[in-house]
Amino acid sequence: MNAETRPLIKPQESAVSTVAAMRAVFSRDMKVAFRQRQDLLNPLLFFVMVVTLFPLGVSPEVSFLREAGAGILWVAALLSVLLSLDHLFRHDFDDGTLEQLVLQPQPLFLLVLAKTLAHWVLTGLPLVLLAPVLGVMVHLDGNSIAVLCLTLLIGTPVLSLIGAIGAALTLGLRSAGVLLSLLIIPLYIPVLIFGTGTVAAATEGAPVGAYVALMGAFLVLAITLAPFAAAAALKISLSNS
Amino acid sequence: MLFRDLSFSILPGTVTRVEGANGTGKTTLLRILAGLNDAWSGELLWCGKSRNWHREEFLRNVLYLGHRPGIKALLTPMENLRALVAPRRPVADSVLHQALSGTGLDGFHDVPCRRLSAGQQRRVALARLLIADEPLWLLDEVFTAIDAKGVSAIEALLQQRAAEGGAVVVTTHHELQLPGMRSIKLGEVAAQ
Repeated sequence: MNAETRPLIKPQESAVSTVAAMRAVFSRDMKVAFRQRQDLLNPLLFFVMVVTLFPLGVSPEVSFLREAGAGILWVAALLSVLLSLDHLFRHDFDDGTLEQLVLQPQPLFLLVLAKTLAHWVLTGLPLVLLAPVLGVMVHLDGNSIAVLCLTLLIGTPVLSLIGAIGAALTLGLRSAGVLLSLLIIPLYIPVLIFGTGTVAAATEGAPVGAYVALMGAFLVLAITLAPFAAAAALKISLSNS
Repeated sequence: MLFRDLSFSILPGTVTRVEGANGTGKTTLLRILAGLNDAWSGELLWCGKSRNWHREEFLRNVLYLGHRPGIKALLTPMENLRALVAPRRPVADSVLHQALSGTGLDGFHDVPCRRLSAGQQRRVALARLLIADEPLWLLDEVFTAIDAKGVSAIEALLQQRAAEGGAVVVTTHHELQLPGMRSIKLGEVAAQ
């Protein structure tokens, strides 16, 4: 091993901007995910299966599906995000990438935000893109489908962000799945209620502006607060490992 | 409690070895120094200032390599090294290639790490040392899974780093003999 000659020790000037570091975290997560594409399909497949099986299991009546369709899609999306959460930090924890992430000089909560964004792009966004097709399948009208997609577009990032807190908290545990669900589901309920409520209002022809604004408020709240909580939880989990 | 009444300084231009039997807290001590473990009380100073209050400056100046070196099995050595170095300083690809070749990974730069042996994966992490400009290195079990030739190369690297004015803290069970090496012995407290 031949080392290049290095400069003498001095306090370094701030070398890499936080944005560049966030981009590096994001692109690495994307790269890793696309090397393991079957894992990407899991939440999507789950989403499609639940929505397809519902009419078979309960009732294929058009009137029932039109009424329950938005709820079915929202619950399926919520559970499918929940299923993917355990992977958010687990692999990084196991191979030591997380230790290196915590030791990066940039603020940890922003790096966590970048990771969570990657998680949403890989799990939440595909669900949003698939929702119109499934919306047609459960006989929602065009307007309702558009509103449903909008609520999912605003709502799924909230699910990823809140989920990041739970995933970070349960990182050190052997079987984190059950505890993760118990911790996270109560926090998901408001998002679910307002998500389906918005679509119900749209179906009845009522104005949805206020609902959408409230969901936007959820998103802003989650973006500003969840990364702090998740970053603190990661430090605790690492400290105890 | 693993240890108490522990007091030491790590000076520039020295290699410090943390010694002790299994379970005496070598890794824990290193993780405390790096800031990964918060279950301790006392005072930890970085250049005379509290480390916790100057966390960002401290982190920019310290390189920590743990048991699990942060190598992703699905990425290639090149991608791994870039992801590990890029947040700390801008670095050209040619420099990364040079570092990987320097650790004997020629021909493996673009092979996914899961196809490499344990020793080769360690070497990907060690390539960081060849281009690191952080003045303080904290290295946990740095000789694990490395062959004899690699071990002597690392020893030479540590010595060179100390000669350049860097500070190195290592934990190892390998008989490390470097001129001027200091040591911290753990385990006496536990034995009492």
